[in-house]
Amino acid sequence: MDNERDPAASTRALRLPQAIPGPEPLPARSFGRIIWGLIALIALALLVKSLATNDNMRWDVVWYYFTSANVLKGLLMTLWLTLISMTLGLVLGAILAVMRLSENYVLNAIASGYIWFFRGTPLLVQLIFWYNLSALYPKFSLHIPFTDFGIETSTNSIITPFMAAALGLVLNEAAYMAEIVRGGILSVDQGQREAAASLGMPARRVFIRVVMPQAMRSILPPTGNQTIGMLKATSLVSVLAMPDLLYSVQIIYASNYLTIPLLVVACLWYLIVTSILSVFQYLIERKYSAGSMSTHLSPMGKWLDRRYAKQLAVKEHS
Amino acid sequence: MTTPMVEIDHVWKRFGTQIVLRDVNLTVERNQIVCIIGPSGSGKSTLLRCINHLEKINSGDLLVDGERVGYEQLADGQLRELPNREISTRRKHIGMVFQRFNLFPHLSIEQNVMEGPVQVSATGRSEAKRAAHALLARVGLEDKAQSYPSRLSGGQQQRVAIARALAMEPKLMLFDEPTSALDPELVGEVLSVMKDLAGGGMTMIVVTHEMGFAAELADKVVFMDHGMILEEGPPEQVFGAPRHPRTIEFLTRVQ
Repeated sequence: MDNERDPAASTRALRLPQAIPGPEPLPARSFGRIIWGLIALIALALLVKSLATNDNMRWDVVWYYFTSANVLKGLLMTLWLTLISMTLGLVLGAILAVMRLSENYVLNAIASGYIWFFRGTPLLVQLIFWYNLSALYPKFSLHIPFTDFGIETSTNSIITPFMAAALGLVLNEAAYMAEIVRGGILSVDQGQREAAASLGMPARRVFIRVVMPQAMRSILPPTGNQTIGMLKATSLVSVLAMPDLLYSVQIIYASNYLTIPLLVVACLWYLIVTSILSVFQYLIERKYSAGSMSTHLSPMGKWLDRRYAKQLAVKEHS
Repeated sequence: MTTPMVEIDHVWKRFGTQIVLRDVNLTVERNQIVCIIGPSGSGKSTLLRCINHLEKINSGDLLVDGERVGYEQLADGQLRELPNREISTRRKHIGMVFQRFNLFPHLSIEQNVMEGPVQVSATGRSEAKRAAHALLARVGLEDKAQSYPSRLSGGQQQRVAIARALAMEPKLMLFDEPTSALDPELVGEVLSVMKDLAGGGMTMIVVTHEMGFAAELADKVVFMDHGMILEEGPPEQVFGAPRHPRTIEFLTRVQ
């Protein structure tokens, strides 16, 4: 019965012709495209020339500081902050998303309020707020109720610049991740829950085994965007005197006044890391989209797609 | 006398202000095959979904194998919805097949069929796998065990969905328009699996537009319209000598 319906078998029997006769029709001619392309190229060439020949650019300084110890330490701090904020932000965001979708009005309202507050105020303001928390609560104490056990300490000893930075970034990121996770969960077809429920799976099991794995499809790509955004947003912590990538170069140019070359050093590192992250994002998107996304890929994504499509396709189906 | 498999007793159901089931009464005996027919929007799918508590009822009572699926009865006769976990336990042995198959796209065919026994019945993996392969052989798809649902035709997916439901060793199978989403050329393979199941003595309630299937296999045909059962009886009677004018009108339209 199956073999009759096997399209490959019937195709073999038909012996379909495979060679398309040439020549293929040419694409439409567009002189406008050529002219605008030339203008853009000339403008770009002028910009590159002015940068390359500008004596204030000091490329020698750029290369000198590019791999200096303090800059690399700053880069490491930036990567560390990004990792912490994204990981904890995702966990807290997932909890908030489940609260938002819960039928419990209290949990729902609390999560909504949280998201409203943290998306509605600037990240920079939140960071400065956490940094100055001791002005609101000078002492921090933790007691086990009805006993004498507990600890009390000054808030400033807990809220170090690093804690303030991590706290601010995590709490802010959680609000955005909550909306992404919620959207992902809602994107899973209701029929999937019904099918799982009809097998006798309890709601929590349905969520873990059926809903979440499918929600990941729509959660992962925007999470990649958030990670790239976060890497750059960590530069805001320089206002808390946190030695991240930006603050590290600021310290250097505060003493030698070579502001522009050192900012170029920071930009180059940000670009290198975001480019690496983009490749990871491309690989993830490719894995989770059923081949229909290719037209929305970035130029680099399209290049990777052409270059590695075969290897990736083989891996996916093995 | 044994308890019937399904007893539907004066069931009412509304969505918002719209009433979709009006005072429905229906009994399904063990090993019976009941086909529910009727125009779209007549409430037949909703009735089916009330049986395994995918939909809550607003009035009446509904028993499967002598037991309520979604409710407990308090001392004064009032029904109260059970906690989620308890409902899940009672649903275990009621299989359901959906119009749109609803296979789990992130799991292979074999894993789809194993999911219920492994996650719900705590069956060991190797045993569940052996059972899954036996069921896939029964629906003629053992060679697709490692494929993913998106690689299968609609008819093949629906046969896997039937195997997935059977893996829980159901005492009752609910079919919600199992062939309505299929290309005409694929309907036959699903119906033949259902015929095989009926031949094995499974109790089945089938919401369907396949009048030929109903006429051939049903012990009882139920005609629904406007949320009411207007006529029920053996297929020879409902198809051969329908009594209600709405049944006659519906049958002339579909034939």
